[in-house]
Amino acid sequence: MSPAPSLPLSPIFGRLTLESFPFHEPILVATFAVVATGGVLVFGLLTYFRLWGYLWKDWFTSVDHKKIGIMYMVLGIIMLLRGFADAIMMRLQQAIAFGGSDGYLPAHHYDQVFTAHGVIMIFFVAMPLVTGLMNFVVPLQIGARDVSFPFLNNFSFWMTVGGAILVMMSLFIGEFAKTGWLAYPPLSGIGYSPDVGVDYYIWGLQIAGVGTTLSGVNLICTIVKMRAPGMTLMKMPVFTWTSLCTNVLIVASFPVLTAVLVLLSLDRYVGTNFFTNDFGGSPMLYVNLIWIWGHPEVYILVLPVFGIFSEVTSTFTGKRLFGYTSMVYATVVITILSYLVWLHHFFTMGSGASVNSFFGITTMIISIPTGAKMFNWLFTMYRGRIRFEVPMMYTVAFMLTFVIGGMTGVLLAVPPADFVLHNSLFLVAHFHNVIIGGVVFGLFAGIAYWFPKAFGFKLDPFWGKMSFWFWVVGFYFAFMPLYVLGLMGVTRRLRVFDDPSLQIWFIIAAFGAGLIALGILSFIIQIAVSILKRDQLRDTTGDPWNARTLEWATSSPPPDYNFAFTPVIHDSDAWWDMKQRGYKRPLSGFKAIHMPKNTGTGVLLAICSVALGFALVWYIWWLAAVSFIALIAIAIGHTFNYNRDFDIPAADVTRTEDERTRLIAAQVKA
Amino acid sequence: MTTAATPQTGAPVFYEVDEHAHPEGHSTALGFWLYLMSDCLIFAMLFAAFGVLGGSYAAGPGPKDLFDLNLVAVNTAMLLFSSITYGFAMLAMEKGRTAPVLVWLAITGLFGLAFLSIELTEFHHMIAEGATPQRSAFLSSFFTLVGTHGLHVTFGIIWLVTLMVQVTRRGLIAANRRRLMCLSMFWHFLDVIWIGVFTFVYLMGMLR
Amino acid sequence: MSRFRFLAVLPLLAVLCGCNFVVLDPSGDVAVQQRDLIIISTVLMLLIIIPVMALTILFAWRYRQTNTEAKYEPDWHHSTKLELVIWSAPLLIIICLGALTWMATHLLDPYRPLSRITADQPVAAGVKPLEVDVVALDWKWLFIYPEYGVASLNELAAPVNRPITFRLTSSSVMNSFFVPALAGQIYAMPGMESKLHAVINEAGSYRGFSANYSGAGFSGMHFAFKGLPAADFDKWVAGVKAGTNGELTRQAYLELERPSQNVPVRYYPSVDPGLFKAIVNMCVEPGKMCASDMMAIDAKGGLGKEGASNVLPLAYDKYARRGAVLGGEPAYVVGICAPDDLSKAAVGAPVSVGGARILGGGLSTPAFTPISAPSALPMPTLRQPSNS
Repeated sequence: MSPAPSLPLSPIFGRLTLESFPFHEPILVATFAVVATGGVLVFGLLTYFRLWGYLWKDWFTSVDHKKIGIMYMVLGIIMLLRGFADAIMMRLQQAIAFGGSDGYLPAHHYDQVFTAHGVIMIFFVAMPLVTGLMNFVVPLQIGARDVSFPFLNNFSFWMTVGGAILVMMSLFIGEFAKTGWLAYPPLSGIGYSPDVGVDYYIWGLQIAGVGTTLSGVNLICTIVKMRAPGMTLMKMPVFTWTSLCTNVLIVASFPVLTAVLVLLSLDRYVGTNFFTNDFGGSPMLYVNLIWIWGHPEVYILVLPVFGIFSEVTSTFTGKRLFGYTSMVYATVVITILSYLVWLHHFFTMGSGASVNSFFGITTMIISIPTGAKMFNWLFTMYRGRIRFEVPMMYTVAFMLTFVIGGMTGVLLAVPPADFVLHNSLFLVAHFHNVIIGGVVFGLFAGIAYWFPKAFGFKLDPFWGKMSFWFWVVGFYFAFMPLYVLGLMGVTRRLRVFDDPSLQIWFIIAAFGAGLIALGILSFIIQIAVSILKRDQLRDTTGDPWNARTLEWATSSPPPDYNFAFTPVIHDSDAWWDMKQRGYKRPLSGFKAIHMPKNTGTGVLLAICSVALGFALVWYIWWLAAVSFIALIAIAIGHTFNYNRDFDIPAADVTRTEDERTRLIAAQVKA
Repeated sequence: MTTAATPQTGAPVFYEVDEHAHPEGHSTALGFWLYLMSDCLIFAMLFAAFGVLGGSYAAGPGPKDLFDLNLVAVNTAMLLFSSITYGFAMLAMEKGRTAPVLVWLAITGLFGLAFLSIELTEFHHMIAEGATPQRSAFLSSFFTLVGTHGLHVTFGIIWLVTLMVQVTRRGLIAANRRRLMCLSMFWHFLDVIWIGVFTFVYLMGMLR
Repeated sequence: MSRFRFLAVLPLLAVLCGCNFVVLDPSGDVAVQQRDLIIISTVLMLLIIIPVMALTILFAWRYRQTNTEAKYEPDWHHSTKLELVIWSAPLLIIICLGALTWMATHLLDPYRPLSRITADQPVAAGVKPLEVDVVALDWKWLFIYPEYGVASLNELAAPVNRPITFRLTSSSVMNSFFVPALAGQIYAMPGMESKLHAVINEAGSYRGFSANYSGAGFSGMHFAFKGLPAADFDKWVAGVKAGTNGELTRQAYLELERPSQNVPVRYYPSVDPGLFKAIVNMCVEPGKMCASDMMAIDAKGGLGKEGASNVLPLAYDKYARRGAVLGGEPAYVVGICAPDDLSKAAVGAPVSVGGARILGGGLSTPAFTPISAPSALPMPTLRQPSNS
């Protein structure tokens, strides 16, 4: 028997050593310099302007769903920059690594980049943006004052931030996973990935996953329990419907991810044999389980966006949504079917023809309700009066782009076709086609649409249109070449190429990515310009788009309590109905409003979770124990606080409402 | 419902003049149910993993070599009894009597501890015999499934003690009743899961 | 060769770069059928996609706000007839596509032996397919030809118009075996055997590669697939038999399977006949229990409590010493049917290649030493008694 090789684990730092810091990586050192400078600058400015107290009291500890929603959006946009930086690096590497050139990224760096790109874009860009919009909009749309569990909402947000922080840490301390965004074992097992990357991946996703699951529970309860009187299920706005379905999907799928990652971490930490090659383990079990979560995840992203497009279309066509009922049923059908298609992600496993065709056909069936939705938007436009504001432009671009992605998706659902297209750049083009053409366009439409509600002024339309055109044109330049390359039999995740005829396509794709970069830049400029021009762009009516649903009945931005009086609903387009039938805003008789108090517990719990995750990544057992005990103690301590609510006095409500009355009067006069 | 300004003219009512705050904790039961269902899904995955890997002994010991059904039966009894005693605690709570609630909760906690001790003894024996979680995929999935349930019971006990302190301090106020109700659901949920474990892992394991 | 050939040479694209749209213009009958399926499905879907896109543009233009001549019906939101159309039109397409999928999936099932060589040429009676055992290694491809007793590394050859039966597995992580010109891909998975049936119709050299990311050397994990006329194929086999690498024994395989990148083509004139079976069952290492034996034992209820201890510490692993931080030493299950092997294994076991486990460090840690020279395999320590 060989003597057990002693583990060089420091009792204080675990396996964290000076070598874990990538001093020898010029790209990372430069990135770190930029990030650190930026960080110090932001920190300094916040300190100089004494904003920490304000941020802590009014934002970080806030349980207000609107503020939490906005913070989610900020998180998503910051992470978009990181995820997009990864994308540009990949495009550049693939555009130059030809003819014997090794490109500029070595394998262990490039492999991290594409893994991080996928993980960040899905978990820390798309998810926060979608959750943020739902958080902000849903309670307003259903006439509620907040979500069901306001503290839980704050906690969920900070857990998502915690996961993002852990993933960002991997950039400068150690490394990220080099396994692809779903970390298939055995590659992600301890034998083939002995480094910290996969551990960062696991704990980053586990911490964020807690937040996501709880926020799903929270929003379901909110929608089920807190709708304003009169709002029956079939009178809910479509965005609320899609949010409901999305959150059902979250609650019914994220635990699967949690479980499967637990099993993977047991394999990596304890040496169990779930997904190992030896001792009876089964790597394909992981592949099945992770896609049982993974496919619903796709619909978690896209369903709310379908809701956004529905709201936007009916608002900007000045028309009631065509086929509300079939829209709702289509959403529900998609929700259910999304659980019956997971195997289409690995037809090439060799499951047998009958199994493959079953999953292929269920996948195709999803295109029926999706197609019906597409027609519903189409016929909402029919005989409307379409105002081509930015959200509507995104909607039309979505309708034209998404059908292409849908078509290639159904093509990939035909198993024998998938055999030649699976894992190719055709597949990469397909899912970017539906995610950018669907989710991203939808999110930008949603941001442009609800921004005035959140901040009281519209986004600058010129820079919005710039951003729009750069994004749309950039998308086509970046991804149509990938379809072509896929048909030339080029597979994904390659780092170097030896066929020079491919290079031109990669250069076009890199050009497209450059256009998208301009799109993102325009978006940031748009926000800056809008803040500067906020007085010209001001919305005093609360209803800048002449919209139809309840969130537009209150002021922009809405008061803390959303509605001074609980609204009563008679129609699915509640606000439109109120406007048509001569609703008069109540001007007096305001009463005190019962609201939840802010709390810092969510932040503390998330800090402990990040410390715990970091400790587990680096095998720093004492820190793991301390942070875990602190986590439990703080959670228990929180339950001893029974005093969690307060009343907004009637006088304050009256003052806020009078102010609004004055604003509206000034508007009418002007 | 007290309604808006001009009900007599027949104009539609668009807002409620009477402030009706949603009662405290109005969605807790639903929310907690949803949480339990998500937890149930985690167990479902662990059961699925056991279903797939439960026959892979890697030429090591199988269920028949390792399980002591008598011990498991005693263990099951502990957990079932704890559910009953929790039920008694809830009955006492309905009557508003604090002292019996605390006594029954304490008994529940003791049954829970007994359950955990027996489970740990079982684990200890198995590991001492070389049947470690690393030995085969069957053992990995067995230890994980049963251990996850055990972890839930452990957290249940911590929660139960916390609640006992809170009931002692504040009595059976609405918030505490709600919490007792949630823990009750949690505790019975663990019971249901255990029945699944007992049947699917132990009984069917012996029949394999 | 096929009705859809013309689509493959979309002149504009070809002019642009002289590209090789291999998926649209393959050279093997299976891939040709898959191409046809792609085109039929696309055309079927375009039946609905094109009208939708046209209508989108039309409506967006016609009902723009400034066009006050267009009708405006703000309350029109329901039409049963239209609803019927918008649900049934996609439904009809999907019914057609679903039927097509069902048939094509069964017909082109990679596990199904071929019934034809080209569209108008069935497989002649009595023709034995060429058998090729494929092993995905880190990061190269090993092809064993049991019929000829030879093996080749990173080069695959097959005679034109003779059916080929691939049996595939992997030594460590999941890969996907893909020759776009020949047929669709299929995963090569450790401890499992997958199958693929295909035929090449045109002589030529085609590109094959792994289509599933498998780690650092993935980009270089490609090979040439040579479709050769029968006579040339025989010559090729003769060339392989003249190879100078010696027999591919189990020992040689264990050396070969260690990670290396961009390995040049290598020919093995003879191969241990039981090698592929041993690879699939993950028991090339002497003394290790084969997965098939393990499953047979498990089916009978395992080896009882005594079986718990029939493990030995793992002598080496491909990257580093495997083993989780809290999980004790890495080990493997000892075979019980080969006492000779067992004693040998016990002697050879206490060898650790590559030193201690790789820990921490992350970026700075080289996971392996790339091997590029075929003759200089730096494998001195394997199965040699350790000095320490």
